[in-house]
Amino acid sequence: MSKWNILTKGFFKENPSLILVLGTCPTLAVTTSVNNAIGMGAATTFVLLMSNILISLLKNVIPDKVRIPCFIVIIATFVSMVDLLIQGFVPALSASLGVFIPLIVVNCIVLGRAEAFASKNGVWDSILDGLGMGIGFTISLILIATVREVLGAGAFMGHQFIPADYNILIFVLAPGAFIVYGFIMALVRHILNKVEAKRKAKCAVAK
Amino acid sequence: MEYILMIIGAVLVNNIILVQFLGICPFLGVSNKVSTALGMGMAVVFVMTLATLVTATLQKYVLLPFQITYLQTIVFILVIASLVQMVEIVLKKVSPPLYQALGVFLPLITTNCAVLGVAIKVTEQELIKGHGFSILDSTLYAVAVAIGFTLAIVIFAGLREQLELVDIPKGMKGVPIALITAGILAMAFMGFANLV
Repeated sequence: MSKWNILTKGFFKENPSLILVLGTCPTLAVTTSVNNAIGMGAATTFVLLMSNILISLLKNVIPDKVRIPCFIVIIATFVSMVDLLIQGFVPALSASLGVFIPLIVVNCIVLGRAEAFASKNGVWDSILDGLGMGIGFTISLILIATVREVLGAGAFMGHQFIPADYNILIFVLAPGAFIVYGFIMALVRHILNKVEAKRKAKCAVAK
Repeated sequence: MEYILMIIGAVLVNNIILVQFLGICPFLGVSNKVSTALGMGMAVVFVMTLATLVTATLQKYVLLPFQITYLQTIVFILVIASLVQMVEIVLKKVSPPLYQALGVFLPLITTNCAVLGVAIKVTEQELIKGHGFSILDSTLYAVAVAIGFTLAIVIFAGLREQLELVDIPKGMKGVPIALITAGILAMAFMGFANLV
């Protein structure tokens, strides 16, 4: 696999939350506004990148039998750092994301990449993989948050452009999260199916 | 009375899955059949109660007195992970039938964010006004939350069994339609909003 492929596979083809259905809890919970989505995406990307780097460096030192607890300690360390940094520098974001920042520890994306990629590959590939997956996760969060914020609050990144009387409140509440996530996932899968079918048709013609 | 209100609040009004979005992975992953959903629910009740009892005790007698609450995330996740392992070993030895029923679900629970989420949540807010942080309240709250989890996952599994038979567009099959169903279920649970 080329370096470019390692980086970009997380964007669309193996998007963690839209295709692999990992990290669903934060995807549903923090997408009430685009600002929250960017904050959460950045925090998760940072943890993914740092834990991928450290785990790929330590992969020969960590005994195979206790690798999962080791991974969890490494991840939890970076999550605590991010948690304290956000509390210190952006208290408003910390208040609106709440318990979901410490919960990055149990986000299946981070542990999943550590187990599936960083523990088997070199540092540079792991950096690209962590960055790609983190960016893919952020893209999907922003996508869902945009739909929810525009329909539910009539705003984009906090700037209101639809009067409050015409907002569909259900989209910022819990049911809206499930429904928007479901429809966007269906749309992305539909597009991927179409692209795949077209590619196959082209191959058939070429033969 | 206040305990009853807290329990109703945790089970119905602030349902952990449908309102607070914790524990979505098992909610989507093991909800294909009612019987497995019930098994998962029971395992969560068991582990969540034990885990919250242990983490709340640690919080009260270790983290708070020594002022090392910034280590909370690391300590809690390690305690929960090792607790789940221990429960698995003890169950295997002491009660094989219970292990048969819950065994498969136990390893999955370590990465269930609901367990860690509840353990952190009970340390952050006063569950009953005027009580402060109390181990008894926290454990009771965990039991109630886990019952709410079981309730939601069992209802959802019942719906998904029916969904198997429906003819829907190809892109919608599987998780997307399940999410939309969950959205409608969440809408039903909003009806409990002003109960407490």
